[in-house]
Amino acid sequence: MAGGATQLVEIYVFVLAGFVGFLVITRVPPLLHTPLMSATNAISGISLVGSLAAAGAGHSALTTALGTVAVAAATVNVVGGFLITDRMLKMFRRGGPAAPREKGATGGEGAGGGQGGEPGKGGKSGAGGERA
Amino acid sequence: MIRTLVIQGSYLAASVFFILGLRSLTRPDSARRGMQQAAVGMLLAVVGTLLHHEIVEYRWILVGLGVGAVAGYPMGMWVPMTAMPQRIAASHLFGALAATLVGVAEFAKLGFGAQVPRPLMAALGFEVLFGALTVTGSFLAFAKLQELLPGAPITFRGQNALNALLFAAALGIFGWLVHDPGSPRAFALLVALALAIGLSVVLPIGGADMPVVISLLNSYAGLASAATGFAIGNDVLIIAGALDGASGFILSVIMSRAMNRSFRNVLFGAFGSPQAAAARGAAGLAVRAITAEDAAVRLAWARSVIVVPGYGLAVAQAQHQIKELADLIERNGGEVRYAIHPVAGRMPGHMNVLLAEADVPYEKLKEMEEVNPAFPACDVALVVGANDVVNPAARSDPASPIYGMPILDVDRAKSAIVLKRSMGPGFAGIENPLFTAERTSMLFGDARESLRRLVELVKQA
Repeated sequence: MAGGATQLVEIYVFVLAGFVGFLVITRVPPLLHTPLMSATNAISGISLVGSLAAAGAGHSALTTALGTVAVAAATVNVVGGFLITDRMLKMFRRGGPAAPREKGATGGEGAGGGQGGEPGKGGKSGAGGERA
Repeated sequence: MIRTLVIQGSYLAASVFFILGLRSLTRPDSARRGMQQAAVGMLLAVVGTLLHHEIVEYRWILVGLGVGAVAGYPMGMWVPMTAMPQRIAASHLFGALAATLVGVAEFAKLGFGAQVPRPLMAALGFEVLFGALTVTGSFLAFAKLQELLPGAPITFRGQNALNALLFAAALGIFGWLVHDPGSPRAFALLVALALAIGLSVVLPIGGADMPVVISLLNSYAGLASAATGFAIGNDVLIIAGALDGASGFILSVIMSRAMNRSFRNVLFGAFGSPQAAAARGAAGLAVRAITAEDAAVRLAWARSVIVVPGYGLAVAQAQHQIKELADLIERNGGEVRYAIHPVAGRMPGHMNVLLAEADVPYEKLKEMEEVNPAFPACDVALVVGANDVVNPAARSDPASPIYGMPILDVDRAKSAIVLKRSMGPGFAGIENPLFTAERTSMLFGDARESLRRLVELVKQA
């Protein structure tokens, strides 16, 4: 928030990120448009970062209250968004005679929305082999 | 100093992981791992932020994180795939709500605008404007999709004039605030106007136009996040918001193109105008009904079947039955493909997710351009709960409200069986000549029930 130069750089960042987004997202097939939406939702849950600053700055009761609600709302998107994206992507499988189900193959650590030791983490480990 | 480096490093890493995660979505095989990496990126950014020296108190942060995680987990794990459109609308709401509240908190923190420099006020103004209108807009979309409100467009006289007035007033106040940031009343008024705009924009939009609305709200939520980034000087927010905004924008352009609506319509959200052209009477045109037995015989002997799913498939939750039927046809030596119209359902990719849930391999899900040339050689096109996206009037009748919309060429198949609840017109209330065409047979009844019956009968055939 310092001088005009910072803001100019921020506009650079915005435009370039939008450009990268355009290049990447135009290549996403319609097949994955719903996961794309839930993925961008989860990613925009990054506004959690701003909410944390508002909730934890200890400025006034009002800003703390607003910040806390914002933290909760953003966390819903982060936890729910990454979990549901993962759940959807798990369903997309290739056919063919062998039809290998990628069961548990990619059910690695730190998946889903598990963050900051929240309950989101616990549900992850068993999710890989859920579908019989 | 080191702390700043660590924090900025975590943001940079998060940004890179986000972009890589989105890039992984270009291929179904790599998508899952890429998004898991993006989740790790998010974790890094959150941990990095918690190290920030401005954060002096963790109690309320933990409360917020706890409540959010407890509410988010069921929204991630338990929501059925059929409810995905309203689920997505709800998450637009939460994202925009967070952005709006952070904007208000920032305004309050700086002496209720008294210490807000003008460029910052512009960022805050954008943030609460896009944020608040997305909050109410998404809520209304959610209510319509969840059927708390009628899905049909709600219109009244002077609606357009009211919208224009609201927009003009919001812009005026925005300009005033940038000129003189120290006026909390104007700020509150801006938030109130934005909330009203969200309602008034989504109110006249009906269910079939929801894919465009959902995408547009996605874009607005992203822009609100990006504006938050500008307001608090945080690059990772700007980047994530720009990605989100770009994604929603691209999706809404794709959706509007698939409905033959203009680009300008998308930008200003002025779509979904009521289809004044009411259904012209179907009088004189006979519909050929078919019994489940006859339909089953045709399907059992078909060499090539193309399934055309629509919103009705989601409503009837018949995705598993259709897959069972397809398996039987394939066992009999037929080939089954699925023709997916870009706006089939209530959001982008709706049908793909439903069919993937039913374990249909994704290479059988064909896009419109790819599958349309295959219809003339197809023995049976099986339409399940789709209407406007297979309406040949879009190709041939300039008077039709959907004239010019690209459609699936079901009318060019050797024969078509349409599963439909009753003979009522589609959502937009538009007459569909496909249903009265000579090669079309109608199988009336609940889609799930009809499919279950067909499965039984094909087994015996």
